[in-house]
Amino acid sequence: MLDFLLEPFALGFMRRALAGCLALSVSAPPLGVFLVLRRMSLMSDVLQHGVLPGIAVGAIAAGLSVWAMGLGGVAAGLAVAVVAGWLARRTGGREDSQLAGMYLLALAAGVALISTQHSLDLTHILFGNVLAVDDAALFGMAGVASVTLPVLALIWRPLVLESLDPGFMAATAGRGGLWHLLFLVLVVLCVVSGFVALGTLMSVGLMMLPAIAARHWSDSLAGQVRVSVLLACLSSVGGLILSYNLDIPAGPAIVLFAGGLWVASLLAGPRGSLWRQAIPEA
Amino acid sequence: MIVLDNIALRHGTRIILSGLSGRFDAGSQTALIGANGSGKTTLLRAIAGLHPLAAGRIDWDGFHRRDIALLAQGSHLDRSFPITCRDVVALAATRLGPFRSIGKDKLAATRSALRRVGLGDMEDRPIQALSAGQFQRVLFARTIVQDARLILLDEPFTAVDADTTHLLLSVIQDWHMQGRTVIAVLHDMELVREHFPHTLLLTNQAGHWDAMPEPGLRAA
Repeated sequence: MLDFLLEPFALGFMRRALAGCLALSVSAPPLGVFLVLRRMSLMSDVLQHGVLPGIAVGAIAAGLSVWAMGLGGVAAGLAVAVVAGWLARRTGGREDSQLAGMYLLALAAGVALISTQHSLDLTHILFGNVLAVDDAALFGMAGVASVTLPVLALIWRPLVLESLDPGFMAATAGRGGLWHLLFLVLVVLCVVSGFVALGTLMSVGLMMLPAIAARHWSDSLAGQVRVSVLLACLSSVGGLILSYNLDIPAGPAIVLFAGGLWVASLLAGPRGSLWRQAIPEA
Repeated sequence: MIVLDNIALRHGTRIILSGLSGRFDAGSQTALIGANGSGKTTLLRAIAGLHPLAAGRIDWDGFHRRDIALLAQGSHLDRSFPITCRDVVALAATRLGPFRSIGKDKLAATRSALRRVGLGDMEDRPIQALSAGQFQRVLFARTIVQDARLILLDEPFTAVDADTTHLLLSVIQDWHMQGRTVIAVLHDMELVREHFPHTLLLTNQAGHWDAMPEPGLRAA
């Protein structure tokens, strides 16, 4: 049993992947909690597809450089987020339909661009590859975590206010759009930083699933953030162990583990779970 | 004093108010009434500086944004948000910047406001555990700590029981006694007659009213 748990981390590349995933586990779930509270869960879907063309363009322009692909991904992710918001306001339409249109377009463009480059493996970009976590990718994940947490702490209060009551924010302090944009920048950075290890599709899983599960464990915002980070760290460790022992890719393994924790929280968490709803309150 | 000078308001492509002039005197307490779609909420938002004017101008005569508190209809707020009553109110403490700490005086003002609306023992309670009336009290407490000179209320008694309405009316009365200007969008005519000295009826027609030296109903 001990071998099952510890053997994976005797290998250097697995320790490297673990360090990167733990960095992402600390920085991404707090953003996921805010995405859930702001009813923007769909935005994470959009961004995970939206960064794809940028990563492809970065690779075409500068080869397989993590930094070039990362910068391209950040630029594309922000462009998708800002354009979708602008379109929804300009057309008076529902933002979710504009977002759906944007991410389908971005996914198709990304896949088309990547398929023109034989050196790029679409599966690795979408689902990650722990073997590819080199120093640059590791520094990227740790660097994004080091930026995300202090910035989130600084904008915490206006972000809470803007999430709870954007109308009140506009009427009193204004600048709600600035906090929203800063928040989106952090989300895009986290999605892109995780793409080498987990893939663009799977890094969002580590952002959202622990955040959704945390709602079943705490009534307070700070409590939900703490629980989400804990669940994400557990998912990273557990997922990597499963990945090594069952010989499945790390990204899906970590997200499956996080998904299992979410299902357990939904069934038996102390707040609003199916179990709590089934028993009448004393 | 707020002076409206021949203003027009648009909702989408439709002009809903035009040629409206008049003034709200400092310290006055006015009910804004009219049929659905007559532009009451839009006028309130325009007075708060949140809705652009299609024509004309509004003179705030020395009021700054921080002097204006707008209590919008609370029904659109997400009541499942994980936040306590105290934090909702404290986040609105006067001129509280994003990075400044919430000091003892702000916390004391928060507690006092919650006590004023009868929620002194519920400050640590999450808002998801509140009834609609209790939540409206929290929003009134938040408006109290804003310490604004001009207070704009949009249908403040919707989904609120008689006891809570009575309590919130007494808060509005406090504001009036303190010399603050209050403008409230209301539907309940009996309540308007009993508690609001001035009433402005929006009728979708151009209109003008002067100062309101005498209580009564003005149509615009």
